[in-house]
Amino acid sequence: MNPPAPTDLVTVNIDGRDIAVPKGTNVIEAARRLGVDVPHYCYHPKLSVVGNCRMCMVEMGMPAVDPATKAPVIDPATGRQRVNWMPRPAIACATSAAPGLHIRTTSPMVRDCREGVMEFLLINHPLDCPICDQAGECRLQEQATGYGRGYSRYIEPKNVKPKRTPLGPRVMLDDERCILCSRCIRFSTEVAKDDVLGFTDRGSHTTLTCFPGRRLENNYSLNTVDICPVGALTSTDFRFKMRVWFLKQTNSIDTESSAGANTVVWSREGTVYRITPRQNDAVNDTWMADSGRVLYKEIRSPGRLDSVRVDGGQSAPAFAFKAAAETFARGRLAVVGSGRSSVEEQFLTRKLAEALRAPAWLVSRVGEGDGILVSADRNPNVRGALVTGLISGLPSAALDELAAQIDSGKVSAVVSVGEDLLAAGLGAERLSKVAVIYLGTHANATSEAARIVFPTLTVFEKDGTLVNQQFRIQRFARAVPGVAGAVDDLVVLAGLVAAAGGPALGGDVGSLWTSMAAEVPALRPLTYAGIPDEGLPLDPGPWSGLPFAEGASLHFKPGAPAPREAGRA
Amino acid sequence: MPAPQERRIIFRHIDEAGYTPDLACYVRNGGYGVLRKAVSRKPEELVDEVKKSGLRGRGGAGFPAGMKFSFVDRKSGKPVYLIVNADESEPGTFKDRHIIHQDPHQLIEGTMIACFANRVECAYIYIRGEFPEGARILERAIAEARAANFVGPNILGSGYGCEIYVHRGAGAYICGEETGLIESLEGKRPYPRIKPPYFPAVLGLYQCPTIVNNVETLCHVKHIADMGGEAYSRIGTPNNTGTRILCVSGHVRRPGYYEFEVGRVTMGQLLNEVCGGPLPGRTFKAVIPGGSSAKVLRFGERYKGKRKVGADMVEYDWGVEDIPMDFDSLAMIGSMGGSGGVIVMDDSVSMVEALANINAFYSHESCGQCTPCREGSLWMKRITARMVRGEARPEDGALLKSVADQIAGRTICAFGEACAWPTQSFIAKFGDEFRGYAEAKKARGSGGAPELV
Repeated sequence: MNPPAPTDLVTVNIDGRDIAVPKGTNVIEAARRLGVDVPHYCYHPKLSVVGNCRMCMVEMGMPAVDPATKAPVIDPATGRQRVNWMPRPAIACATSAAPGLHIRTTSPMVRDCREGVMEFLLINHPLDCPICDQAGECRLQEQATGYGRGYSRYIEPKNVKPKRTPLGPRVMLDDERCILCSRCIRFSTEVAKDDVLGFTDRGSHTTLTCFPGRRLENNYSLNTVDICPVGALTSTDFRFKMRVWFLKQTNSIDTESSAGANTVVWSREGTVYRITPRQNDAVNDTWMADSGRVLYKEIRSPGRLDSVRVDGGQSAPAFAFKAAAETFARGRLAVVGSGRSSVEEQFLTRKLAEALRAPAWLVSRVGEGDGILVSADRNPNVRGALVTGLISGLPSAALDELAAQIDSGKVSAVVSVGEDLLAAGLGAERLSKVAVIYLGTHANATSEAARIVFPTLTVFEKDGTLVNQQFRIQRFARAVPGVAGAVDDLVVLAGLVAAAGGPALGGDVGSLWTSMAAEVPALRPLTYAGIPDEGLPLDPGPWSGLPFAEGASLHFKPGAPAPREAGRA
Repeated sequence: MPAPQERRIIFRHIDEAGYTPDLACYVRNGGYGVLRKAVSRKPEELVDEVKKSGLRGRGGAGFPAGMKFSFVDRKSGKPVYLIVNADESEPGTFKDRHIIHQDPHQLIEGTMIACFANRVECAYIYIRGEFPEGARILERAIAEARAANFVGPNILGSGYGCEIYVHRGAGAYICGEETGLIESLEGKRPYPRIKPPYFPAVLGLYQCPTIVNNVETLCHVKHIADMGGEAYSRIGTPNNTGTRILCVSGHVRRPGYYEFEVGRVTMGQLLNEVCGGPLPGRTFKAVIPGGSSAKVLRFGERYKGKRKVGADMVEYDWGVEDIPMDFDSLAMIGSMGGSGGVIVMDDSVSMVEALANINAFYSHESCGQCTPCREGSLWMKRITARMVRGEARPEDGALLKSVADQIAGRTICAFGEACAWPTQSFIAKFGDEFRGYAEAKKARGSGGAPELV
C-alpha cells in the first residue's frame, strides 16, 4: 500500500481516541479503522452516499475557536481545547474527516437515534425471519439485537406489499422486507451501468420496481442480493435451499475469465449451495458476475467423469499410468495444456512436455469482455502458463500447428489437459489417427475418443493458484471433496511425468511449490502459504509486450502495470 | 393599540380593479423601469443593495437573501442558475399564486434583476403541478417580456442576456424543498439531497452553483433595487425588514391575505381587527402562525423572557395576541414565521382531529427517503386516525410525542421537523385534550369528524 503523503492525513477523534486518516475519509470508515462499528444500512463503501437510512447518526463536534481571534478556546477544567458539540446528530457516512473533528458513537443521543431508527424500520417490517433467507446474515437482525426495543409499541395495521415479485430471472423481491435503502438501485446505475431499478409511490408505500418493460437481468444482478442489507432481494437459485449459518465458507476464485474475481464458496456436507464475491479492492471490489455464481453446478452436472478408463474400460489408476507409459514409449507426443488449469497444474504440464520432449500448446478462449468483471479472455490462467513457462507466446483458438504435425505424421499421441480437441478444430478423422490421453472433469468428444481418460477435479474440489489479467497470483482452496472416482489433477500429472521418465514430483500443492519456486523465476520469492487472501501482483515485465485479448475492466487497463494494493474498505 | 395600516408593496395591484396580468398593464404602471435602471448598474452593487436591505427569504426559513447570493460559488467557472421556487404548497399559504396569477411581470422583473445581480444566464420557474393556470400565465408573460426584450438575449441593449423557463412540477409537497426541487427539475424523484456536500450554492442544479428563491422574495428584490437597500431596510423592524404577506385562513370573519410591514402588526391586531375577530359566538382556541408545519400557539398561554430592543434587553410577557408577526419574535416564542400562513382554530375544533388532518397530509407527502420521516409520519397518522375512529387510548398522546421526538432533527431535509412539530406542539399544548379524547368523543356521539383518509 502506498502510504498517503503526510499532508493528506488529518487527525480525528472518535470516542476519545485520535486516529490519522486520509482527508475526506468518511466517519464510518475512520471508525472502522479504530475497530468502532457504526451501524448502517444504506451506506456501502463502493457506492455513492445517499444518507437515507439514518442509522449511522453520530454526535459531531469541532474544536472551539474564538470567533474574533481564531485562537483555540481552552477548557480550564481539562487544559485541552474545548469541543463545540453540535446539537443535532450527523450522519457518519456523509461526514468527512476534517482536522480536529470529534465524534461520539456511544453517547445517549446516538443510542437514542439508533433505537429510534430501528423501531421505525421494524414497525412495517413483516418480521418473517423464520422463513426468510436473509436470517443469519441480516443487518436488521444484527442491529435489532443491539438497538431493538424487544417489544413493539406499534398496534396499527402494517403496510401490505407484494411478497414475491420476480425482478428478473435470478432475483426475487419481497417488498414488505425492503427498507428502501436504494443500494440495489445505486449498484445497477453506478456499477452494472444498467439503469433498471427505481422506486415508485411515496413515503412508506414506496416500492422498489423495474422500469416499465425492463427486467433486472444483467449479468451482475445477483450483486443486488448480496448488498441488500435485509431479505428483500433473494437469489432464485439459493432461495429456501439452506440456512446460511450451516454453510462453510471457502475462499475461491471465479474461473470464468481472466478477471479473477475473488469469491467465497458456501458449502455444507460436500455440497456447494452458493458462490458470492469476496472483497478485493484491487480486483473486483465487492462484486462478481452472475455467470460465475452458477459454476458450482458443474460439480454435479451430467457427464461428470468419475472413473479412470483405458481403452473404453474402467481401470485402476496404476494400470492407466502403465498404459500411458506404453503410449509415451511408442509414440511421438504432443501436449495440449490448458489456460483453465492452475499454476501448479501448468507447471506439471510443462514438466510432462519436457519429459516427453514434446511441444506444448494452449487453446485460447476469447469472448467479449463486459468491461466489468468478465474479461475477453475466458481462460482464467493464460498468464500462469506464461509464468510457468508452459508456453512462451499467446495461444490461438485453433490447434493448426498440431493438426499439421498430425497430418505429417510427426505426432502420433496427444495428452490433452481438459481440452476438447475436436472443439479446437482437430476434426474427428484426425483425432482417430492419434492416441489421446485425456485429463478432465467432464465427458466430451475427446474423452469419448481417448485411449486413456483420467477424471479430475473442478476448481471447487482442489487447491491451487491462478494468475489473473493483472498478473496477480491468487489462491483458491478446496471447498468440497472431489466426486467419487475422480483423481486430483496434480496426482495425475505427476504420475504422467513419472510415466514419461521425468523427475519425481510431488502430487500436492505444498511440495510442488518447493520445486516451482526454485525453477520459475517469477515465483522465486514466493511461498504458497505466503500468498495473501488478496493475492500478490507478479512482475509482468517479461510478457508486457504481448497482445493480450483483454480490454479495460473494473480494475484493469490493458498495458497498465498491475495496480498496487489499495486499502481494504 | 389599533392595528397599523396595511402596506402593500408586493400586493399593490392584487385585486385592483382593471389591473390585468399582461405586459401592457404592467408597463403602464411603471413596470420594468427598475430592470431598465438595474442593467446599467454593476451587478455587485445590486447584491450589496439586497444585503443592505436585510431581506429574508419568504419561503419559510427566513434566510437572509443577500447572504444566499454571496454564498454562490463563483470560482468554479460553472454557470450559475437561479430557480424561482413557485411550488407554494405549505398548507395555509396562498400568496405566491396571487402574484403569479395577477401580477406575473412583477415576478419576472424581480427574477431578472436577481439574475443580473448574480450573473445568471438561465433561470427556471418551478411551479407546482396544481397551478396549471399559473404556469400558463407565466409562460404567456415570459413570451411577452421576451418580445419586449426584458427577457432573452441582450436585454435592453445591455449586452446581458438571460432566459427564463417555466417548469411544472407533478404535484408533491417535497418539490418545494430546495434540493428536492433541484432533483425534480433534473428529471428525477424529488429526494432532497444531503448537505454537505450538496449545498445549492456550490453543487446545485446539474451540480452547478444555484440560487433558489421564493416568488415573494424575488418580488421584494425588485423593490429593493428600486428604492435601495438602505431605504428598504427602514421598512419593518430591525432584522425583520420589509413587508410580508400574511395569509389568514380558518375561523376568523375575514380570512384572506394582508401585507404588513414585518413586525408592525401583532397576532391580536391581525386576527381581531384586520380579520374581524372570531366567528359569532366563538372564541379563538389556537393558531398556527407560519404554515401547517409551524408549532401551534394556544390562546391563553403566556410567553415570557428577555428580548433585545435596540441595544437593551427588555423583559416581555406576551399572550398570543401580543406577538409581533415577525421572524424573530415567532422563533423566540417557540414557533416560526415560516411561509406566512396563519391558520386559526376556534373553540369548535378538536385538536386531536386537527392534528389527524395535519398528520394525514404529512404522511401523504413524506418522500420516503429517510427512515424516521417515512415511517414516523405514517405511524403518527395511523395513531391519530385511529383516535378519530374512536379507538383512542389514554397513552396515545405520549406515544405520539415519542414518535415525533424520534423524527425531528434526524432527517436529510426539514420535512422531518415539518411533520414532527405539529404533533410535538399539539401534544405539548393540548395534551389534556389528547388524554381525554376517548371520553370526549363518546360524549359527543357519532356525529363527529369525517373519516380521514
